[in-house]
Parts: sequence; C-alpha cells; structure tokens
Amino acid sequence: MNLITRGFHGRRGGDPTRIPPGQYETHDFPVLTVGPTPRVDTDTWTFTITTETGARHTWTWEQLLALPQESPHTDIHCVTRWSKLDTDWTGVSLDTLLEDVETTAEYALAHSHGGYTTDLPLQDLTDGQAWIAHTFDGHPLDPEHGGPARLLVPHLYFWKSAKWISGLTLLDEDEPGFWEQAGYHDYGDPWREQRYRGD
Amino acid sequence: MSTPATHLDGNVLAGPLSEVFAVDVTAAERHCAHCGDHGAFARLRVYTDGPGLVVRCPGCEVLVLRLVRTPRGLVLDLGGTGCITLPVDD
Ligand SMILES: [Zn+2]
Repeated sequence: MNLITRGFHGRRGGDPTRIPPGQYETHDFPVLTVGPTPRVDTDTWTFTITTETGARHTWTWEQLLALPQESPHTDIHCVTRWSKLDTDWTGVSLDTLLEDVETTAEYALAHSHGGYTTDLPLQDLTDGQAWIAHTFDGHPLDPEHGGPARLLVPHLYFWKSAKWISGLTLLDEDEPGFWEQAGYHDYGDPWREQRYRGD
Repeated sequence: MSTPATHLDGNVLAGPLSEVFAVDVTAAERHCAHCGDHGAFARLRVYTDGPGLVVRCPGCEVLVLRLVRTPRGLVLDLGGTGCITLPVDD
C-alpha cells in the first residue's frame, strides 16, 4: 500500500470539457483531513481581513449573513484527482467583503481554525471567483467539509478552498501555505495540472 | 475545541518512511516540545486522506511531520516540534 500516492478510485473519463486532465468524476464528497475537525461555534465565529498595512476588517456570523448572499453552482476539482460536478453553495462573495478594504496587495494567505493556511493571488479572489460559503446543497456546511464556513475558489484545486476559514492576510509578497510549503503548486490551476511546484 | 477526525496510528508510517530513513522509524520514540508527550511513533496520529501524509502528536495535535511525494522527490517536513530518538545498531 502506497499511502503517499493513494488516490480515490472511481470512474475514469467523463466530459472532457468539464473534467480536467488526470481527474475522475465522483458523486461522493470525499473528506480530506490534515488534522482533527475543529468545532467552530457561530456565536464566536469571526472572519477577518488584515491588509498589508495592518488594517483589520472583521465580520461576525450575524454580519456575514446580513450581507448579500450568492448561490454559486459550480464544479470542484481536488488534487487527489476527484472532481465533483454541479455543486450548489450559498455564501458571500469576496467582492462584497473586499468592497471597503483599501489595499494594493497582490497576494492573500487564507487562515483556518486548526492552523491550516493556503496562498492565492488576490486577483483570483475577486470578480465573482470566490466566496465565503456556509451552505452546501441547501444545508448548513458540515464541519467535516469546513463548516460553519469555508473559502470557495472553484477554479483552483480544492486545497485552495480553505475549510474552517477564519481570515485572509493580504500580502505584497506571496507566502506559501500548508501544502505549498510541502511541494504543492503555488497557483494550482486544475486545467493546467499544476499539482506540484514546478508543474 | 476539536474532535478527532479519522486517523491511523503511527505503524502505517513504516512503509512511506522506509524510503527516507535507513532505520525503522516506527521503533523510534518522540518527545513533544509542545506538550511534553513522550512515547513511541506507533502512538502518533497519521492523516492519510489529504494530498500528503500529515502526522500529529497524540497529546496536543501539533504537526510532527508532513510527507509529500512530488515528481521532483519526497518532501519531508519534520515540523520542528520535538525530538525523535531513532534506534541504531551498535
Ligand atoms: Zn504534543
């Protein structure tokens, strides 16, 4: 048994316009874990954007839910080679959250409860490409899938969609996150198979 | 506050780490700099469902090691959160 390269096994092939190279379609929603599942109470939940100058913008759970809600319908692609089509989410667009944030930063480092981090270019979080999602398939997001709220950036490999999101730090220079430090790609475009650094 | 997710014990590390170490690391002992936990590698919590192997302390869940196989080689991060005593032949 090779634990390092072990993937999920399922149906190969599928619609090549929707399944990126090297991926297979799954109808399950596999749970990927790098540690224990944090239980985050919505009474104390906050989401904080910290800019490159140190300015902080914080939302409580109530404040998040009071913002305009969007319901993206999208495909998701995990670097462990499964893709899940036609997923339905509800959440708040990062465009909405970044509206009053003054920044010239080019990168963001997402932080999660439990210590997970992942880095992205800030421009991949804007223009309707990213959300703080709290509902999946009409139900509150399960803790196993990142509830109460996770980052959703469906055009990149799903490790970029940080579960249990607690905040974003905006940065002038890119700073590798948990998997990026350990050899995974800094950008992670599934259509260009950017799995590992150097791909 | 957290609840344990699905994890395996440290014995599953024997195969993957035999590519890195010449000694059997499952016979090693670890002392945690974070929580003071002391014990055999077999007690470690190993999360295998992610893009790589993630190993955590059974006492405090701090990161003990990460191992990722990439086309350019094995990436091993020993976490820096404790000391590992490896058995060697005299
Ligand atoms: Zn410990």
